[in-house]
Amino acid sequence: MSLNDELRSRLRESATFPRHVIAEIQRAAREGIYDIRGFGAKRRVPDFDDLLFLGASMSRYPLEGYRERCDTSVTLGTRFAKKPIELKIPITIAGMSFGALSAQAKESLGRGASIMGTSTTTGDGGMTEEERGHSDILVYQYLPSRYGMNPDDLRRADAIEIVVGQGAKPGGGGMLLGQKISDRVAEMRNLPKGIDQRSACRHPDWTGPDDLEIKINELREITDWQIPIYVKIGATRTFFDVTLAVKAGADVVVLDGMQGGTAATQDVFIEHVGIPTLPAVRLAVEALQEMDMHRKVQLIVSGGIRNGADTAKALAMGADAVSIGTAALIALGDNSPEYEDEYNKLGTSAGYYDDYQDGRDPTGISTQDEELAMRLDPELGGRRLANFLNCMTLETQTLARACGKSHVHNLEPEDMVALTIEAAAMAGIPLAGTAWIPGRNF
Amino acid sequence: MITFDLKNNKVRNLNQSLHDSSSDNADFLVTNPNGKHSVAVAAMYATNITIDGHVGYYCAGMNQQAAVTVKGNAGSGLAENMMSGSVRVTGNASQYCAATAHGGMVVIEGDTAARCGISMKGVDIVVGGSVGHMSAFMAQSGRFVICGDAGDALGDSLYEARIYVGGEVKSLGADCIEKPMLAEHQAELKSLLKLAGMGAVDSSTFKRYGSQRKLYHFNIDHAGEY
Repeated sequence: MSLNDELRSRLRESATFPRHVIAEIQRAAREGIYDIRGFGAKRRVPDFDDLLFLGASMSRYPLEGYRERCDTSVTLGTRFAKKPIELKIPITIAGMSFGALSAQAKESLGRGASIMGTSTTTGDGGMTEEERGHSDILVYQYLPSRYGMNPDDLRRADAIEIVVGQGAKPGGGGMLLGQKISDRVAEMRNLPKGIDQRSACRHPDWTGPDDLEIKINELREITDWQIPIYVKIGATRTFFDVTLAVKAGADVVVLDGMQGGTAATQDVFIEHVGIPTLPAVRLAVEALQEMDMHRKVQLIVSGGIRNGADTAKALAMGADAVSIGTAALIALGDNSPEYEDEYNKLGTSAGYYDDYQDGRDPTGISTQDEELAMRLDPELGGRRLANFLNCMTLETQTLARACGKSHVHNLEPEDMVALTIEAAAMAGIPLAGTAWIPGRNF
Repeated sequence: MITFDLKNNKVRNLNQSLHDSSSDNADFLVTNPNGKHSVAVAAMYATNITIDGHVGYYCAGMNQQAAVTVKGNAGSGLAENMMSGSVRVTGNASQYCAATAHGGMVVIEGDTAARCGISMKGVDIVVGGSVGHMSAFMAQSGRFVICGDAGDALGDSLYEARIYVGGEVKSLGADCIEKPMLAEHQAELKSLLKLAGMGAVDSSTFKRYGSQRKLYHFNIDHAGEY
């Protein structure tokens, strides 16, 4: 029996116990274990949408939108490496593992990034031939688990990224559930097939920034000082972490805010640990500036980057480049309405799918099921990603030209205002229509 | 014999030489290491390297084919992520010895500090003395022989590595249990001791430890074990 309109209009959802909270309590009572899922934080946090560009007017000249050049090139790793990374666009592909993703997805990412002249990144589990072969510029992650780690792959990488933390779970390790441990994944990681594989949260052979300096030196010795070494951190105590990473000898700092994605993490971790990307960028830039290392040690920002507006705003705040993960997967086909029927069978819907951990992804992206993975054509996936990156780049240039900039790196904080008091305080950008930055000018 | 005196020469020059094919089958003598870090890392060829003195962090890290002997003590991360070849230390080794190492053999004639063999992935480790706490943490595969005692939480969250201990074990880590010492295990142990140049050690009293495999799949009823 359904409620009539009058009765329905009297229903009032609790702000403290809305339906999704009630459903989670009921699920926890039934299953006795926390929810593990993929994707990133779903809660609303202050982000780049809370900033606006001012654009040029009387005091500044804009550049002609379709004619005047606006450069997007980026050089990363100029501090110590003999061979810095040269990118054509300021957008890179973030680290995502083979294991979490199918080989086809990794190949697609490499193809798309290479079309656009940018880099892609390995993940926990080592380097596959698919991604090395199809990535003109490949960053090799150096993670606590050291799954698949070996000096030959280090030497054929274009850069090394030491992963200290990840925005979705700073302070947490990884988990690849047994259903995704195929023969190939098991062999690459030296573990039995089908078991839940844990990735440690701490590196096994160094503790703290003093050790990290020695570790970075070892990696440089192994690779004969040829390639840049990045240090990736999840956004938490960002000012201090960036300071310590630079002091330890990083060429590049990769900063991942709490909106960053994951393949499998506890929901409570994703939603309740770390700080948003917006304040983290400001803190990182302040740390670099205080050491007089801004633009000498490059800053890559990730965590909820979705379009050219996010990119332009991150660059304006002082980043050298951004990195995308979740957005790149969506560009490949993740959460596509094409698979709505299959999403429904999994108890979800296109636009809501976040069960990257369970290996049944109908799009063939976050799975090791061979039949599902075959659905993703790496050539087509690569093309889609390249289209998306191209669109992001054009959007970034559009905003930069509107502010009169001939290089996207010429964007600056003074080009922006904040829409909310929270964003003004976090980004260190004045509230629109005022000169007020909460916490300053007192 | 190619001699590198690190009093007058740089570690950088030594490592560059070891990454050159001309080092294949050559004999290197390294003098005056004086605790320097990253000595002889990722040596790619079948080179015999003798280091006369104490070394700092990551000596022989990611060793690929070389046979490295340290006549002295070694700092943290000795032979970390070693792929093959061999590393011998005549004295003691500090923490994280042979961390994540994939292959080859590491021999410590003295003692090692904490976390020896952490996340080992196929290497064989033989320690003549005792090992510190959390040794063989999350050890994945390979064989680990401890002639002396083991500290707290030996083999915590162990996967498929096999551990042999001649002395006392202060405590076992989560999911690590004593297993029967069958004839095949005695034979394996003797073979490892012989390869390590410790064939004279009496192996008859050694005990074997391995994974109970209860934590291979997350189970809420085992949450208290973590």
